[in-house]
Amino acid sequence: MAHRVSSGMDHVIHELAHYLPAQSPLKDFVHHNTLHAFQRLPFHEALHEAAENFGFKVYWNLEKYRAQFHEKKINAEILRRVIIAHKGADDLAHWTNRLLHQPLSDYAEPRVGQIRKLWRKAYNLNLDKEVHQTLFRLVSSYLDQGIAIWKFPAKTNGLLAAVRELEKNSYCTFIKSERARKLLLNTHTQLEDLLQLLVGNDKYHGQYLFDQQFAHPGWSGMVAVLEQNESSLLDKRKICLKDLIFLECLLEIDALDRRRGDQWGALADWIPTDLPLLFEKSRYSEFFEVHKLWQEALEWTYYDQVIRGLQLSHEADFKKTAAFQAMFCIDDRCCSIRRYVERFEPEAQTFGTAGFFNLPFYFRPEHGKFMTKVCPAPVTPRHLIKETESKIRHEKDAHFSKHTKGIFGGWAISQTMGFWSALKMVKSIFFPSETPAMVSSFKHMDPKGKLSVACNNPKKLHQGLQVGFTLEEMADAIEGLLKSIGLVKDFAPLIYIIGHGASSVNNTHYAGYDCGACSGRSGSVNARVAASIGNNPEVRKMLTERGIIIPETTQFVGGLHDTTKDEMEFYDEELLLKVNILLHERNRQTFDTALDYNAKERSRRFHTVDSSQDARKVHEKVKKRAMSLFVTRPEWNHATNALCVIGKRENNRHLFLDKRAFLNSYDHRIDPEGSYLFGILKAVAPVCGGINLEYYFSKVDNDRLGAGSKLPHNVMGLIGVANGMDGDLRTGLPLQMVNIHDPLRILITVEHYPDVVLKTIKIHEQTYEWFFNDWVKLVCIHPDSKKAFVYKEGAFAEYHPVTQTIEAIHNLDALLASTAENLPVYQIS
Amino acid sequence: MEDQIMISFFVLLPLVAFLLSLLIPEGHETSFSRLAFTSVSLQLLGVTGYILYWVSSGMHPVNIRELEIYNNGNYQFLLDFYFDTLTGVYLWVGAFITFLITRYSRFYMHLEEGYKRYFNTLLFFYLAYNVTVVAGNFETLFIGWEMLGIASFLLIAFYRDRYLPVRNAVKVFSIYRIGDIGIILAMWASHHLWHENITFIKLLDGDLVSEQMSAHGGIGLFIAVCLGIAAAAKSAQFPFSSWLPRAMEGPTPSSAIFYGSLSVHFGVFLLLRTFPFWEHHLMARILIAGLGLLTALLAYPIARVQTTIKTQIAYASIAQIGIMFIEIALGLQTLVLIHFAGNAFLRTYQLLVSPSVVAYMIRDQFYHFKPKPIRLEDSISKRLAYSLYILSLKEWNLDTMLNVLVFKPIKRLGRKLDFLTPKNLLQYFLPFYLLGLVLYFNQGVIPEIIQYYIPGLFGFLGLMMVFKAFSERNHPRLALMLVMANHFWIALAVSFNETFDYNQTLIYLSGVVLAGGTGYWILNRLRKKEKDYFDLNQYYGHVYEHPRLALIFLLAALGLMGFPISPTFIGVDLLFSHIDENQYVLAAFNAISFIFGGIALIRIYARLFLGPHIKNYHTTALKSS
Repeated sequence: MAHRVSSGMDHVIHELAHYLPAQSPLKDFVHHNTLHAFQRLPFHEALHEAAENFGFKVYWNLEKYRAQFHEKKINAEILRRVIIAHKGADDLAHWTNRLLHQPLSDYAEPRVGQIRKLWRKAYNLNLDKEVHQTLFRLVSSYLDQGIAIWKFPAKTNGLLAAVRELEKNSYCTFIKSERARKLLLNTHTQLEDLLQLLVGNDKYHGQYLFDQQFAHPGWSGMVAVLEQNESSLLDKRKICLKDLIFLECLLEIDALDRRRGDQWGALADWIPTDLPLLFEKSRYSEFFEVHKLWQEALEWTYYDQVIRGLQLSHEADFKKTAAFQAMFCIDDRCCSIRRYVERFEPEAQTFGTAGFFNLPFYFRPEHGKFMTKVCPAPVTPRHLIKETESKIRHEKDAHFSKHTKGIFGGWAISQTMGFWSALKMVKSIFFPSETPAMVSSFKHMDPKGKLSVACNNPKKLHQGLQVGFTLEEMADAIEGLLKSIGLVKDFAPLIYIIGHGASSVNNTHYAGYDCGACSGRSGSVNARVAASIGNNPEVRKMLTERGIIIPETTQFVGGLHDTTKDEMEFYDEELLLKVNILLHERNRQTFDTALDYNAKERSRRFHTVDSSQDARKVHEKVKKRAMSLFVTRPEWNHATNALCVIGKRENNRHLFLDKRAFLNSYDHRIDPEGSYLFGILKAVAPVCGGINLEYYFSKVDNDRLGAGSKLPHNVMGLIGVANGMDGDLRTGLPLQMVNIHDPLRILITVEHYPDVVLKTIKIHEQTYEWFFNDWVKLVCIHPDSKKAFVYKEGAFAEYHPVTQTIEAIHNLDALLASTAENLPVYQIS
Repeated sequence: MEDQIMISFFVLLPLVAFLLSLLIPEGHETSFSRLAFTSVSLQLLGVTGYILYWVSSGMHPVNIRELEIYNNGNYQFLLDFYFDTLTGVYLWVGAFITFLITRYSRFYMHLEEGYKRYFNTLLFFYLAYNVTVVAGNFETLFIGWEMLGIASFLLIAFYRDRYLPVRNAVKVFSIYRIGDIGIILAMWASHHLWHENITFIKLLDGDLVSEQMSAHGGIGLFIAVCLGIAAAAKSAQFPFSSWLPRAMEGPTPSSAIFYGSLSVHFGVFLLLRTFPFWEHHLMARILIAGLGLLTALLAYPIARVQTTIKTQIAYASIAQIGIMFIEIALGLQTLVLIHFAGNAFLRTYQLLVSPSVVAYMIRDQFYHFKPKPIRLEDSISKRLAYSLYILSLKEWNLDTMLNVLVFKPIKRLGRKLDFLTPKNLLQYFLPFYLLGLVLYFNQGVIPEIIQYYIPGLFGFLGLMMVFKAFSERNHPRLALMLVMANHFWIALAVSFNETFDYNQTLIYLSGVVLAGGTGYWILNRLRKKEKDYFDLNQYYGHVYEHPRLALIFLLAALGLMGFPISPTFIGVDLLFSHIDENQYVLAAFNAISFIFGGIALIRIYARLFLGPHIKNYHTTALKSS
């Protein structure tokens, strides 16, 4: 590579791992920025570089932007502003013309793959065809987590060692050529030796490896992730990228030997001197400039309304004592359920915060052989919560049994159970109901079970983790939680803490539907633990000492919202005081109505459900969808997300944001220095930004950065999906998750003073990178003047929205039922 | 009469539904699904009702002479339908599963690009299924059989903008066609055996069959082997097994219905259908049972090492079908039917719920995980185990074996003719062909011994044309013309046999000329538009920009390969009836060139029109994806 010609192999492999897709096995699927490796560059530059080097499409098609413009979804005035801001007023006419009329053109050929392509030219050989199948099978057999009935027979403490053992002890081999066999069996063979044979010029060795690995980024990426994070496989495997590369090089030598005998030599002689090198500085390109301007115009058309909306605060309308308070996850899916809760109980107050409720821990359900992490992915918890007295037993489904795959078992089963399958098929197609095959958020934890919340003996560790929290830790956690959302006084009798999860069937990406702040698990345990800590009298005492006085009659109630079925359950209701039981009953009705309406609102995007019917009826249909085998979109998850609003709910409660916003409650008055704000931004930028960018890239290039249509997906080794039997693993989101998503970067708005915000984002370098390099957009709303300030290149500049008025909507229900499109911002009246 | 109406209805209804589905414009999801669902529901009702009626009236096999398509006195092409227990079971299972799948797909395919294409193909498949199942003679069965092949190709290549589906579709299509050689030869031989196009109902006449068999034991075995090959290819038995998992490239429900349940059991169907014919042949029974046993033994370990769910189900199903072959050979007809239905339902459901396996198994593992023990001792048994493991991972080299044994040698042969180009083809072809014609008109002057070899020689020339077409890399138009040329050689070769009249040649070649001409015209147009992307070295995906050309070319190619939409189809059958009983070589040449001509044409279609689009202004998938 251009700037690291002399650097060693290990460095190249390290770099390679960095650029490969960083997606964990399916069970731990967590959203992240697909192009995280380019985050050191400003957004548009990064996109340009990624496209040139790896051949990704990084923007929407030009035609798409133009169509949006003609449909008035891109505002002409904003477009004008964007062009002037980037190109100056003098060139406005020129660029407007370019944007509107420049003919479509091809993306340039990517630089990756250029060297390896020469095999075909030199020896008329398609090495991919020769090597991939064997390589994928070996790796997938080695990593398999339980699909294969006959497990990988050799030891699993290294891919290469395992293959060596297999090849050495078998009468039948994968590697046939004598030379390749010798190289494999000789443990002193270095990767450099193989590359010397294949490439023969160490100037190109690094780039050759990029070519090789980016021909199957899915498997390589998986190996790179597992090398870093062994614990994401339950059935442990040791593996490293270097082994994979070594093996692939060997297979290549083997293939060349087999096909060409000694009639082949290293590629070096075939490499043209003007070969474009990876990561060479990219040149100015009008093509990318045009796309960039369109993208900015598209984004600001939406941002502009939102900023205007936030300036029109109705704070005064909502200052009443609360009937109840409810905390939800920051998740964009909670955006609408909160709106309905507030609509059916105008005196309710809702709050948003990251759904692990400031309680990072591992959870171990009863009978579970493993622990599962329930906090944001980057956090490493020190605590463990154990479940006891659980009654949940998981049902079995014989259709997944290995006996159906045998000769005699299959013979007996197909003639007996086969007919049962026919009935089951009819049932699941015409009368969908719960089956053992489905994923239900409510099964994550048994509500009747007991949790080890309090720590009895901090000295006694379980696998290095402390079981339960000490009083001090509990008080710290709950204080942090309450202060960060601005709930420190005026407590209502009931405070709900509601996590969320999802239910679906036939969904390989199920983990991505659960709570992202709980590492792709349901948020029930966290909610229940948080409520239990809040109700602890000793914790209350400590809180009082710290100035947070919660009345004795106030109780916390944990709960879980299933975002697919729109159902809720509440925990430990038997602990409620008599006075609160009645209130709780009433609130439950509010929640139920809100859930019906929430389901109805969601149904407008489902096309196959008639959204105009009565809310309860629609809700029943929505529930059924979640259990239907044939529904590929049980819910839309984070699709259409575009906003993250950090501030007091009273300042955005008047806005209809169409489920597009992550809402984090925050009161700047409690936090003048911005220390809680720092905590929020540190989580929000990578988490919401990561979700948003994964959607962005999966949308604009679903073929390479997304997983393509999920309809033909085939599950590989329980860790990933591929097409057909010999395809590469597909990373990113399937097409069915992004159909309705518009690729907009997320706009984060913070209600605080610009200087505090600026100071806060600069504290932590990695967080700052998100803002500085424009991967997320940041706007600060001045709490007093309501002036808006846009963050740009290290400073805040005042922004005057083009939008003057935000339309007030009177009959939201009718509007929602009438269209499946994205809706603009409205004021709710 | 009721019988005739009902049984015709089982074919006409899917036909009408398919034709109607072509008329509905893109984007009308509800119309497609309604049409498909209504027609298949009606069919299910009809089949159920008729079966009840038929059972109550004594379960006598019914034969219906439906439609005479061609008759010249001593040759007759007849559409013939037949209904017996086997038909009943297959009809019902097919209707039932299709009924569920159409309902399933209505939602599953929602918003998918190609919704129309999917339902068109599904209905086409269903039509083919019913034609095959109710077929009363080989000719009718063959019509359905060929349609099944095309429907399969289209469904596997449903994601036609990706490389692997297209490659696998061509692969599966090729294997299907190789199996078809068996059926063509079986038809040819049986025509000579019975001196007519025998209907299946006549095979029930045990005396007739055993009389013929004892007189012509050799030909009987030959037919049985041919049928065995055809059945093995269709049902993914040894040595063809590797196509089945590779066919699972389409949307999951289509894989479930095709390769999980219906399509893959057609080998079983064929054997059951022709069982009366070979049941007295011990050797044939042993061969077929042996084939089933071998397949089951191979497929079992392969299924066990698979790490992908669909592949595992595919191999498990192959093993069960192997057992069905044994059951058939043992004469356990009823058991086979039960086994078939059960296996079809089971695998369909397993495939439909296959994405759930992640959540289910991970949860299972979470609660019940036990680490597996590793064998450390160095022993023969460990070595054997490792070897078996590796062999199974490699699918016993079944995939490469076919390639090495069949396709590679043919390509090598074809490459010997690389001196041919579109420009000079006529220079070579015309003089030779004229010479052939001259010989034909002057048969008197040719010594008998030479005359005896001439048809074979011309057949061979035709065959070489096809091999060249199959291996051509640079000139699509040349490949197309070569396939046409082959038909001309065949026509000439057969003409040397007695009692041949021009009318029949005319029927045959009219289809060739029309379809070939259209194909050539399309290729010319494409070449003008896409000069830089016009050869057979790689996939170009021109369907992205030229969907209309692609469609017309596909139709032309089908016509040229003798698909039952062109007169060529009848011509082929007709010609075969003129190949004498002892001209095994000529028959084989003709059958092989007929089959490879089809493969060559589909290859042209796939390489030019399918695969990742060569142009880079929109997103395209990586080749490995």
